[in-house]
Amino acid sequence: MPYTKRRRLVTTAVAVALGATALAACGSSDDGEARSGPVSLTYWTWTPGMDKVVDLWNKGPGKKEQITVTVKKQASGDTLVTKILTAHKAGQAPDLVQAEYQALPTLVSNDALADIKDEAGDVKGKFADGVWQQTTLGTDAVYAVPQDIGPLMFYYREDLFEKYGLDVPQTWEEFAETARKLKKAAPDKDLTTFSANDSGLFAGLAQQAGGRWWTTSGQKWKVGINDDATKKVAEFWGGLVEEGAVDNQPMYTPAWNKALNTGKQIAWISAVWAPGTLSTAAPDTKGKWAMAPLPQWSADENRTGSWGGSSTAVTTDSEHKDAAARFATWLNTDADALSALAKEGGIYPASTSAQLSGAFTNPPEYFSNQPDFYAKAAEIAETTVPSAWGPNVNVAYTSFKDAFGAAAKNKSDFTAALDTMQDDTVADLKKQGFEVAP
Amino acid sequence: MSTLAVRKAAPAAGTTPGTAQGPPRRRRIAFVPTVTLLLGAVYCLLPVAWVVIAATKSGRELFSTFTFLPGTGFTGNLADLNAYRDGVYWRWMGNSALYAGLGALLSTAVSALAGYALAVYRFRGREALFNVLLAGVLMPPVILAVPQYLLLAQADLTDSRLSVLLPQILSPYGVYLARIYATAAVPADVVEAGRMDGASEWRIFTRISLPMMLPGLVTVFLFQFVAVWNNFLLPYIMLSDDEKFPITLGLHTLLEQGANTPALYTLVITGAFLAVLPLVALFLVVQRFWSLDLLSGAVKS
Repeated sequence: MPYTKRRRLVTTAVAVALGATALAACGSSDDGEARSGPVSLTYWTWTPGMDKVVDLWNKGPGKKEQITVTVKKQASGDTLVTKILTAHKAGQAPDLVQAEYQALPTLVSNDALADIKDEAGDVKGKFADGVWQQTTLGTDAVYAVPQDIGPLMFYYREDLFEKYGLDVPQTWEEFAETARKLKKAAPDKDLTTFSANDSGLFAGLAQQAGGRWWTTSGQKWKVGINDDATKKVAEFWGGLVEEGAVDNQPMYTPAWNKALNTGKQIAWISAVWAPGTLSTAAPDTKGKWAMAPLPQWSADENRTGSWGGSSTAVTTDSEHKDAAARFATWLNTDADALSALAKEGGIYPASTSAQLSGAFTNPPEYFSNQPDFYAKAAEIAETTVPSAWGPNVNVAYTSFKDAFGAAAKNKSDFTAALDTMQDDTVADLKKQGFEVAP
Repeated sequence: MSTLAVRKAAPAAGTTPGTAQGPPRRRRIAFVPTVTLLLGAVYCLLPVAWVVIAATKSGRELFSTFTFLPGTGFTGNLADLNAYRDGVYWRWMGNSALYAGLGALLSTAVSALAGYALAVYRFRGREALFNVLLAGVLMPPVILAVPQYLLLAQADLTDSRLSVLLPQILSPYGVYLARIYATAAVPADVVEAGRMDGASEWRIFTRISLPMMLPGLVTVFLFQFVAVWNNFLLPYIMLSDDEKFPITLGLHTLLEQGANTPALYTLVITGAFLAVLPLVALFLVVQRFWSLDLLSGAVKS
């Protein structure tokens, strides 16, 4: 409802009045919907093969409930958020959208997403707390149903680790030692690289360390991008880059693919979806990799951050919020739907029961040497700590690329880059008209 | 003015070897311009060569073999592209052809009419109108995409083929070009003679002026065709149904499939390579009309 944001901003008395109108509006439209017979919904998603999964719905539960869903395949990324907001401005957003977790606050603060607490609130128990919390933004509302997640893990070349006598690092300190040891044994090789192109990875690492980039206090946003936890992460990687223990070139380039494929880089911090990427980036090293939990900041901790993952949300433009929410919960909690999603779309489900379902008994083909890949992955996923996203993640990410890009290239101070990121983000929030707590 | 330019250009192009200034001038300036042009050619052609060669590489070869070493996977890539979601690529190609072909044709027609009217008729506000058009030339179409979306949303036309076609029909640059060309190529005397003989204005336009303007209109058509073929933002904002996507958008969705699925590089590269071919073919065909341009200029006076 368009009232959501206003309700938060005005005084209680007015809020109650507005809330009442909102309820009345919902009530009437819901009544109409219940009597109007067949409902047809449109769904913007980038997941490959989603049309096949939706067919299951249209032929099964959807047919019974007379709710037909049409998939309109989109390209993923920040541009999709802009496209949704543009469509929303014209009142023409689709009923359902796929949205990455970090995009939810942007969409919610533009009143593009409906609160589906009443329709979808009861599936909370199917997801890890840290995952569910991302769809509520710390409020009482529910803005989306989690679809897939990307818990961070440590991927390494098993054969080369053995060759150079390296142990899988349990802590970040050991990680740094491993990088140095490798550099000594084989100066032309790198353990991994710090990529200034991949803001999402850095955000996940900061999240693991306990960084909370966006929080609210009262009516104000608080930005903590240069908090102590994130500073620790930035200093750690800045130090490694400066002494040359790890490479400073970006990921996802032809050069990076080659470095992985030829064994010039022998480890990669990535998420559960890494096997798919590795199979195209490094086809010649199939079966030589292994996966382990992410190194920890202290030996007695066991936690990880996330990189990627998305949810299914219902827009405020939808005239059939109820039906849309019913589809969204089916898609992300029904066993058949989730195994079809895993098979057709290659997603790693957010639903905890699905993570151990039949679709995930065998390891990904690229990791056939590690039979318990998915059992291990589910254990790691459980340790995902909550993340704290705000309404201008895209600005922070752009600033990260610029500031850390320069810092990594010049091997200069990473904390200064972090301060730049903080300042840019705060300035943009203020420019957008949000109140920012100091 | 244009006839003068054409006549001066003719000897340099080598059509009249007898001219005195031809050969010595060529010898004197040959080195620097040739090297400059060669560098320019390399700069322009290297990426094309990359696309052509990369399209022949299989997924395994793409990042592991030497960049300019042809691979062995071209037929495999073609087959994969053909099979991808039941050949949706060809649908995108067809959409692009429709948007660019029909859009450029309509846009050329509008440009011809408007440009001719601005060049031949004197009416109140003519210069003001022309100046507004000039301002339109300076305005990048990208800026207009979102307002156009909001406008078409009012008419409930978004996510339809019309929503991509309509905004492209009026091209300020096309009108500008058509006016300039009509001013130069259609002599006022000829129009006057037609009127004396009792031809209607429409007849004068279609039978006399239009053939004279043809080479200029071919240029307008070509510009507009390439612009629509390469357009990304307008269809991106307007369309949500990927059955209606043009090739640019379609290839974009192949690249951005979310983190779970690796980008389909080989398909995108092969797709991009194939998407260039119609443009190359079009240029080769239309070259004929451009030489006609030179010829008709020279013959006229």
